[in-house]
Amino acid sequence: MANELPGHGGDAALNDGLGGVVTDWSGDKQTFPVPWGKAMMWIFLLSDTFIFGSFLTSYMTVRMTTTVPWPNASEVFALTIAGNHVPLLLIAIMTFVLITSSGTMALAVNYGYRRDKKKTAMLMLATAILGATFVGMQAFEWTKLIVEEGVRPWGNPMGAPQFGSTFFMITGFHGLHVSAGVVYLLVVARRVMNGFYDRKGTYETVEVTGLYWHFVDLVWVFIFAFFYLW
Amino acid sequence: MAHSEGQQHPLSIYLWIWLLLFVLSAFSYMVDYYQLQGMLRWSLILLFMFLKAGFIIAIFMHMAWERLSLIFAILVPPLCLLVLVALMSVEADYTFLTRLKLFSD
Repeated sequence: MANELPGHGGDAALNDGLGGVVTDWSGDKQTFPVPWGKAMMWIFLLSDTFIFGSFLTSYMTVRMTTTVPWPNASEVFALTIAGNHVPLLLIAIMTFVLITSSGTMALAVNYGYRRDKKKTAMLMLATAILGATFVGMQAFEWTKLIVEEGVRPWGNPMGAPQFGSTFFMITGFHGLHVSAGVVYLLVVARRVMNGFYDRKGTYETVEVTGLYWHFVDLVWVFIFAFFYLW
Repeated sequence: MAHSEGQQHPLSIYLWIWLLLFVLSAFSYMVDYYQLQGMLRWSLILLFMFLKAGFIIAIFMHMAWERLSLIFAILVPPLCLLVLVALMSVEADYTFLTRLKLFSD
């Protein structure tokens, strides 16, 4: 066992299943047998879930209450490539970029626990580059929507004015999370490279960073389904 | 429960889930590309969405290997959001009908 967690009566005291839930919460000990950084990241992500959940719920509410037709996302986000009109193409590419970045992050966590410094840092760097690509594509999407389609938070030529406000609010907040994640990834990748986690004796921070990054991907799954496909 | 350092699993499981997420995303894009409509569209969108979300949480975020006390603490509270959604959809229906009536007068 690489790091003994404080307050644990050894692994023998950890029974599984529902009985384990009772033991974990009732015993006079640390409830969650994970590093505190990981538990805190999960709790932060839980609060973030409520933020995005509330955003999406308010989007549902304004979309259900408007008497003006909702703009067709499939048309609004279509791209014309070499004369062909492809619906939702940019969004599909953005989705694949984000999923790819989630994959490289998962591998980075794995190599981190194998103490492969170089591969971990490179995979995290790749994740950060893919994340930055996603933000760049989002900037392109916003520009196209504002300049060419004339979408504003208070109105647009295609239909319900609430389309703009919810779109900028939800994707903007998500883009902010991706941007923050890129910075976070670069900071941790640098620390991986200079041996910080070797000295600390654990690569758990890489996994905690991964949790945040996968969450950003997870939120996109819901935005993609509810905002772009619905 | 054997604890080695943190969460160590074979690489292959990540690669498989990665591939699966790609395929599921392609499927959900196809739903729009072929302009499926009605109940089929909504049910397929929701199905692919929940499958993707489930795989990301369970495998990429390692929730499948965590202890039940952590799983409950993180995954049960968001169910409150379903209550919010239910309340707001009832309210939205009412607002919509009121608007229809007012705007037609």
